[in-house]
Parts: sequence; structure tokens; C-alpha cells
Amino acid sequence: MSTSHLLSLIVFVPWIGAALLALLRGTSPKLSRALALLFSLSTLGLGFVALASFDPGRTGYQFIERHDWIAALNVHYHLGLDGMSLILVLLTGIVSPAALLGSWHLKRDPRCFAILFLLLQGAALGVFLALDFFHWFLFWELSLVPAFFLIKLWGGPGASRAAYQFVIYTIGGSAFMLLGFAAIFAATGTLDFAQLTQLASDGELGAKLATLGGIWPEAVFVGVLLGLAVKVPLFPFHTWLPPAYAEAPTGVSMFLTGIMSKMGVYGFLRILWPLFPAQLHAAAPCLLWLALGGVVLGAFAAMKQTDLKRMVAYSSVNHLSYCLLALFAVSYATGRDGLHAEAATAALSGTILQMFNHGLSAAALFFCVGVLESRSNGKRGLDDFGGLRTVAPLFAGLCGIAMFSSLGLPGLNGFVGEFLIFRGVFGLDALAAAVACLGLFATAFFLLTFWQRVFHGPRAGAARGEFRDVAGFELAVLIPLVALMFLFGVLPQLLTGLFNPLITSWAGHLTLP
Amino acid sequence: MTLSAEYLWLIPALPLLAAAVGALTPRSGRRLASAAAILAIGVSFLLSCGALATALANPAQHAAANFAWFDLGNGALRLGWLLDPLTAFMCVMVTFVGGLIFVFSTGYMHDDANAKQFFCFLSLFAAAMLGIVVANSLLLLFISWELVGLASYLLIGFWFHKPEAAAAAKKAFIVTRIGDLGFLLGILWLYDATGSLLFYDGGNGVLEATALSSMVAQTTVGGLAVSTAIGLLIFCGAVGKSGQFPLHVWLPDAMEGPTPVSALIHAATMVAAGVFLIARVYPLMMADHDLVHVPLHALTVVAFIGAITALMGALIAVAQNDIKRVLAFSTVSQLGYMMLALGVGSWVAAIFHLLTHAFFKALLFLGAGSVIHAAHHEQDIRKLGGLSKLMRVTFLTFAVGTLALAGFPFLFSGFWSKEAVLHAAHEWDVSHLPLYAGLAAVVLTAFYMTRLVAETFFGKPRSHAAEHAHENSAAMTGPLVILAICAVGLGFLGTPAWPWLQSALTGAPVEPHSLLEGGGLMMLSIVLVALGLGTGWAVYWRRLRATATAPDPLATAAPGTFAFLGARMKFDELYAATLGRLNTFLAALAGFFDRWVWGGLVNLLALLGEFGGVVNREADESGLNGGFDATSEKLRGTGQLYSRAQTGDAHGYLRTLAIAFVVLALIVIMGING
Repeated sequence: MSTSHLLSLIVFVPWIGAALLALLRGTSPKLSRALALLFSLSTLGLGFVALASFDPGRTGYQFIERHDWIAALNVHYHLGLDGMSLILVLLTGIVSPAALLGSWHLKRDPRCFAILFLLLQGAALGVFLALDFFHWFLFWELSLVPAFFLIKLWGGPGASRAAYQFVIYTIGGSAFMLLGFAAIFAATGTLDFAQLTQLASDGELGAKLATLGGIWPEAVFVGVLLGLAVKVPLFPFHTWLPPAYAEAPTGVSMFLTGIMSKMGVYGFLRILWPLFPAQLHAAAPCLLWLALGGVVLGAFAAMKQTDLKRMVAYSSVNHLSYCLLALFAVSYATGRDGLHAEAATAALSGTILQMFNHGLSAAALFFCVGVLESRSNGKRGLDDFGGLRTVAPLFAGLCGIAMFSSLGLPGLNGFVGEFLIFRGVFGLDALAAAVACLGLFATAFFLLTFWQRVFHGPRAGAARGEFRDVAGFELAVLIPLVALMFLFGVLPQLLTGLFNPLITSWAGHLTLP
Repeated sequence: MTLSAEYLWLIPALPLLAAAVGALTPRSGRRLASAAAILAIGVSFLLSCGALATALANPAQHAAANFAWFDLGNGALRLGWLLDPLTAFMCVMVTFVGGLIFVFSTGYMHDDANAKQFFCFLSLFAAAMLGIVVANSLLLLFISWELVGLASYLLIGFWFHKPEAAAAAKKAFIVTRIGDLGFLLGILWLYDATGSLLFYDGGNGVLEATALSSMVAQTTVGGLAVSTAIGLLIFCGAVGKSGQFPLHVWLPDAMEGPTPVSALIHAATMVAAGVFLIARVYPLMMADHDLVHVPLHALTVVAFIGAITALMGALIAVAQNDIKRVLAFSTVSQLGYMMLALGVGSWVAAIFHLLTHAFFKALLFLGAGSVIHAAHHEQDIRKLGGLSKLMRVTFLTFAVGTLALAGFPFLFSGFWSKEAVLHAAHEWDVSHLPLYAGLAAVVLTAFYMTRLVAETFFGKPRSHAAEHAHENSAAMTGPLVILAICAVGLGFLGTPAWPWLQSALTGAPVEPHSLLEGGGLMMLSIVLVALGLGTGWAVYWRRLRATATAPDPLATAAPGTFAFLGARMKFDELYAATLGRLNTFLAALAGFFDRWVWGGLVNLLALLGEFGGVVNREADESGLNGGFDATSEKLRGTGQLYSRAQTGDAHGYLRTLAIAFVVLALIVIMGING
């Protein structure tokens, strides 16, 4: 298969699917679900095609597509893939079909749901592959529209408010990012990430921005930072997240936490850090503490939740903060004497692993809460169940594995990424690593509380009546996810091999312009 | 038969395979699961014997087989296997004792519907425990360390429908994790300081001269040598896992698990892993030994923690009424002895005691299990009694275990290993306090074991269950007999006159010396054992308990003290009142901040925005908000009424955000410029 249009195919096949479904009015719910799953799975298939011809040793972009687009604005249609984007494309390929299955039995207008979902999936892929700010930003914003309607129309009782808050908050952040890039364009005349990165590493980007005068150089940085910080989210910009994740239908929660939160981290690594190394370095001491706040307070806030979905949502705040903690620690230490290149490599490798692994385990946990809801008329309180392991041992086992993966048990996928992040952060800022340990403790605490209240003890609450063990399509979601948790826990080389040369080259060029 | 380091991984791999078989068999396949478990650990035992033969042939060598786990930077993260006498002796002990406990379990868990899962978890445990032992990398050791923690969690909570079991499992995991966080920091620090986590790596390992001398040369906070700080952090892990003061509180609760689990995990092997860990990284722990101008040596802390634990555990054991709790606190106390030995400079004595203790404590727990099984799960010694006639084999083997634990002179292994510990404490030139604590614990140990035997096996049966007890099947008594033989015989491997084990472990000949040399200490400890047994006899044996409700003689004599000890010195209450509250408080604080401060800030700014935005409110309503509403109205039309109409919210949020962003932007910008 020719790979010349591979990346465009990856991005647009889900949208083609959405268009097709939109045209096929009056299809049965069954057919539209099946079609949606098929188009959603395309990402995984095409991701494997990319994997087959991907050369990890080359640290530049591969499968590049670059065409003139809007000549007047010097905008190009530019797609490319490196080890980091490949990991995220594969993650999208795994989580999206799982998420679709997670909302498989929604009664309300499955066709419309499928259309919006495929739009969302394509937009996320576009973010991971676009290399020109112009359409990168289009994908970024377009992902919000389907997400908004998916939450608002298929969500729980508080969905409307949560969806509004989510969208307005995120758009608010993006607006500043857009302004920032407008200023960059005014100063440099290009929006191409590769060119901008080159300018930044030569130190010219700062000089050109300085020609705008005043506080513009800093304001541009802060604008882009805010746009990304809301998306991840960076503490304390996270208040939209728990209601949005909790109110969204299961599949959408899975996608939001599995993929959409990675868009923000990806933006940090792809845009903010390469383009503004000096500014990020200057702000890093402050940002480092915000990330620590997310790690610690996110985990402790999760302990306080009685709604299981909110608990898993806060745990996502905690897990994603590890990624940002690692990046900020690297940036903080850049330019310092005796900077440990090995520590930086570990921190950045850990960040990418953590993105992937959190995608798997958080999606699986949201799915498990969805299973609880589906059998108890929508109940998902910490105290609504008890003794489920007696009646649903298989479900208990699979959910338990997802939980232990999330709390970073060695042998499962979560451990390696967290270990590398801690190893890196310790080498760069030992105090930060020590404080972050509190987050590890609290995570174990609330996840084991979850497990104990829901699965152990005598049968109680919704578990007293009939409670089917997981079967059929539920197993089709959980078993592959759990199998991957074991696989990547034992053989992390399968993932690190894809991006290690890339990270090594990043860590080898850590300088301030 | 010999086994080289390259193939050492087979020893943990076989039980892991058995665990996988167990996990994938259906519930009805209990026979398959137990057969696979026993077969796997049996073959592992044979391989361990081969490894021991190899290790004894080259005792001074640290034969390592290292491999890359995954690429990292220009190198790779490497793990490895290590074969030396320490590894080999531990492997043999774990597989041998483990195998016997597996066989015992086929009898003990015979009627449990979930037995196949039990054997799956046991095999998982054995695999992880053996992983700790054969690891040549602190990271691989830590990975296995966490996995034994998982297996322990699963097995303590095996009867998960009991709320106490579920709570005990969680407590064990959380409390040990506190120690493990220190351990993790120690690993990170070590990795950062040396660039490696391999123990032995042809001169580049962390336990080899180059790395050690560089860590000793640097100092850190408080004037500590870096090696001291790392050693103390690693010790935190050992404190958690080995039930040392102040993290011992989980171990007694862990007795909620089935008794074979208590024998294997919470007596013989896992809880001893902390002792093994310190013995493994001993070169690091004593690297600071020759430093004079440092505030603290790592091993000094180990010695005092061990001494406190040894004494505290023995004191609490005196006032427990549950047969398993007595043994649990006895384990705490004996683990304290081992730590004490490590601290005062004799890792060999610690490992000697670890090995003998593994056999006689497994024996005692299995004996307790035999009693509990026969007496329909009655564990309260006040309600037992008279079992010496009803359960001959159990009684006799339990008596052997008791004498070994009490350190009855000459014949029993516990005597020789405890002697070695006390001897080392006597030689220590820093302080004799640990020695005194150890000697006091000798008296107490003999005393509480006499009490336990008198109450359990003598007098009249004091409950219906005890009256109808009868001896168990051969699957259960067989292991008892074998362990009893070991509890006697093992001691002769390490007597002062013929210190074979000592020289085998160190790989250097150890001068034998006559029993009379340093005989004063030995005489003293014999007198103390006699004192303990005698007092026990006077208090509990002379006037045997008549009814289950009669008060304990000690409770009559010193009610306050007895109650305090019975309540485990109130450690749980203390922690609940301090750390537990702190935890709850932090959670509440985080929740409060989230709901009211961050969220409240957003809402407050929204209000301000509303106030300031009266003028352009109309524009907002019809523009932005109206747009959203119109769109959603349209979509709503396609489905049922699901969402409430939403008005007046959006512009508030937007303005809030605008203001918040500007404020934050200003703060950050000022931070950059300043």
C-alpha cells in the first residue's frame, strides 16, 4: 500500500464515515452502529500500516504531506508523523472503538451519535498529525463541537451545564492561543511548526516577537499556555473537567479522558515547549508547583468523591499532571549546569508512556463504571454497591486489573511511565519528586477504597438483586484493554522503541536560545 | 545438578506459569490449579538446589546475568539475575517451605469453593517472592516487591465477603505502601547518584566499590553521607514490609487471611523480605561505617528499630487471646531480632535467624491452622484447651516449634540462631541497649509461648468446637512433621563449633570456636529462657484455665497494663487519631478547594462580570447565548426532551474566563520579568 496519502487517510476516513452516515438517512440503529465501528477501527488499521513502514531511528517527521493551500497567508496543508504522534494515533485507534462500544446501547438516535463521534475522532487525529498551526487550530476547535453535543444531548441530568462550562472554558482558553498565533504570524510570516521550531532554536523567534514591542513576547507565550493548560487541564484550570467527565455518556467520557486530554499534553510538547523554550523555562518554577498541585490535590480530591465517575475524573487530573510535571521539570532544569541528559530522557519518555498508558487504564475504568451504571439504573455512587465480586467475579477481576494499572502496579502498563517520570523528575528537582509521592499514596488509597466498597464485603445495594457478570461486547472492550495492560507492562520496549531515538535527540539538544 | 545465573529466571518463572494456568482454569478446575502450583514449586525447589550447588562451588562470586529491558536514551534500562549463596539459600528455603504449605493447603482449603483462585494467588506470590530473591537489580527487586504486596493483598482479603478481611487487606497494602514510597525515593536517588540500579555489573554495579565510594564521599542534608540517606530510605521499605515499628500495625490484621497464607506470607517469607533486602544491599548500608564526622550511620537506625520492635512485639504477644495474633506479634518480635542483627553488623546472623525462623514459624502457624481447622475456626485460646490428647501430631510438632521459638538450649535451631544474634549485639561497640532489649525479649518469648501452649493444648476443652476436635488428614500433618524435623536439625548448620552456614554465606572460612568462648552470654540466655518458661509454668500451667470466661491471671494482677498490651499498645487508635485524621483533613481540604475556591473563584468572577457587563448584556444574550440555544434547540428537536433549557450561564462563564485569564496572564508575565 502506498503511504503517500496515509496520514490524510488516517485523519479523514472517520470524517468520510461521518459524512456517509449523514447521507444515509433512515438507516437502522444496528447498521449505523456497525458502520461507525468500522470507520472508527480504520484508525487502528491505518495506524498499523504506518507502524509497519515507520522507521524509529529517523527522528524527523515521516509520511510527510505538504501542499500549498492558502498562498496569501503562506498556509500549507502539512501533515507529518513522528514517534510521539504515532503513539497517539495508535492510542486513538485503540480507545475510539472501545469508546464506541462503551455507548453501544444508547437508545437515543444512534446515527447522530455515531456521526458526532466520528467527527470527534477525526478532529483529534488531525490535531496529532497537523504541522501547520492553521489547520491544527481548526482541528483543535472542531473537536469541541461534537464533544459539546455528545455531552449535552446524551449526558446525565447535569449534562447541559457541564457541556456549556466545558466548551466555554476551552474556547476561552483557545481564544488566547489564537491571538498568540496571530501575533506570531505577524512577526514571522509563517505558521508552520517545523519552521517555527527552527526559528525558536536559532533564537530568532524571540527576536522577531520582540519587534512587536511591549509585553507581546510574553503575552504570546501566556496565550498559548492558557489554551493548552485548559485542555489538559493544568491545575487550577481543571474545574470544568469533573462535571464534564461525570455527566458525559460512558463512551464519551472514555474518549475525553483517553484521547482529548492527550491533545493538550501533545500541544505542550509539540508547540509550547519547542517554540518558547526560554519563556517556559522562566515560568517553570511556578508551573512546576501548579503541576504538583494537580498531582497531590487531584488525588486527594478524588478521595473525597462519592460519585465513582467523578473519582476517576479526578484521578485523570492527577495522572495527567505527572506528564506536565515531567515536562516542566525538564524545562526548569534546562540551561542549568550539570543538567542530567539521562534524567531528562527518562522524564520525557515517561511522559509519552504515561499518555498512552493513562489512555488505556482510564478508558477501561470509565467503561467499568459504565457497566455498573448499566445494571443499576444509572447508579454509580461509592456506597451503592457491595460484594459484587461474589456475583460478578470476572467483572471484578478485569476492573481490578484496570485499577491496579491505574495505581501504577509493576507488571502492568502504568508503572513504567510513572517510574520514568519519577526517575527523571528526581534527577531534575528532587523535592518535586518527593512531594509528588503523596499523589502515589493517595491514588492507592482511593482506588482501593473504590474496590473495597464496590466489590468486597457482603452483597449490598444494587448488588443484592440480579447482577449479570460482564459478557459479550463488554468483554470485547475489556479483554483487549486488559491484555494490552499486561503486554506493555512486561514489554515496554514495544512502545519505547518507537520514540526513544526521538526523545534522545530532544534531550540531547536541551539549550536555551 | 548445577544451575547457572543465566537460567535462574526459571525459578520464579515456573510458579508464575502455574499462576497463569490457575487464572485461566474455570472454577471447577481446582485440582488442576493445585496440581500445577505444587508441581511448579516442586521443580523450582529442585532448580534451587541446583543453584545452591553452583553457588557453594564458587561462594565468593556474585554471578550475574544482566539484560536490557527497554531502550532508554543512548543506553537501556537493564535488569538482571544474581546468583550467590544468599540468593541460593533463600530460594531453597522459599520453595521448600512454600511447597510444604501448598501441600498443607490442599487439606486446609479442601472445602472452599474458591480454592482454585487460592492456588493461583499462592503461585503468584511464590513467583514474586522468588523474583525478589533472584533479582540483580534494585528495580527488579522493587517490581517483585510490589507484586508480593499485591499477592498479600489478594490473599489477606481472600474471604472478601467478610468486611474485616477486606479492611485488613486494604490496610496492609496502604501501610506497606507508605514504607514503599520511601523505598522508591531511595531507588530514585540511588539511580540518580550512580546511573545504575544493578547490584553487580562487573565493577559498575551499585554495590561495587566505585559506586559506593562516590556515594560515601558526598554529603547531603544534615551532613549525612549520600549512602546513609539512600540506605535509610531503602530501609523504609523494609520497615513497612517486615512489620517493624512504627509500621507494624498491618501485620496482626493480616491474620484475617486463611492460615496457610499467614504461615507462608506473614511468617516465613514475605515479611522476611525486608530483612533480605537489607542483607542484599548490605555493602551500601555499611558503606558509611568508617566515616567519623557524620551525625548518623544507617545501620545504627536499623539496630535500634529492630531492638524496639523485638521488645514491643514480645510485650504485646503476652496479652493476646487469639492464637494467630499471638503468633503474629511473635513474628513482629522475631523480625525485630533479625533487623537488630543486621544493625549491629552481622547480616549472616540475621539470615541464619531468618532461615531457622522460617521453618519453625511456618510450623507454628500450620499447627495453629491445624487446630483452627479441627476446631471449626475457633481461634480464641480461652475457648480451646485439651487438644494435646485429641490432636497428637499437631501437639507434638507444635511443641517442637514452641521450643525452637523460645530458644530451648542446644537441641533446637532457634537457640543457635538467636544465640548468634545476641552474640553479635554483644560485640557491637556503639551501644548495648539493643542487647538488653533482645535479652528481655528472650524471657518474654519463652513466657508467652508457654501461655499459648498451656491454654491451647492443656486443661479441659472449653468449647463445643474444641471438644469435638480431631486430628487432620496426612496432607496437613505430613508438612508439620517435616517442618518439625527441620526446626530441630537446621540449627546444627550454624553452631559456633561448626559454623558451616556462616562460611557458606560469606564465602570465606569462619573460625570455629568452642561453645565455652563467650559462654557467659550463652549461660545468661539459657537462664533467661528458663526464667520465661518457669514463670509461664507458674502462672498458666500450674493452675490451668477452667472456663472460657475466667479472667487471665495477669489481667487480675495488672489490669491496666494487660489491657493496654491487649489493645496492642493503642497504636491503631493513635494512628487513626493523627495520620488518619490528617488524611481525611487533606482530602476534605482538597475537595473544599476544588469546590469552593477554584470553582468559587470562577463563579465569583462570573458575578463580577455580570455586574460590570450590564451594558452589553443584551448583545450577549442575543448573540452568543442565543446562538448556542438555537443550535441546541434544533438538535433537541431530533430527539426526546432530555436537556433543560439553559440560559444566562454562558456569558457569565465567558466573562469570568476573560477576566481570570487576564489576571493570570499578568501574574505570569510579572513573574517572568521579575
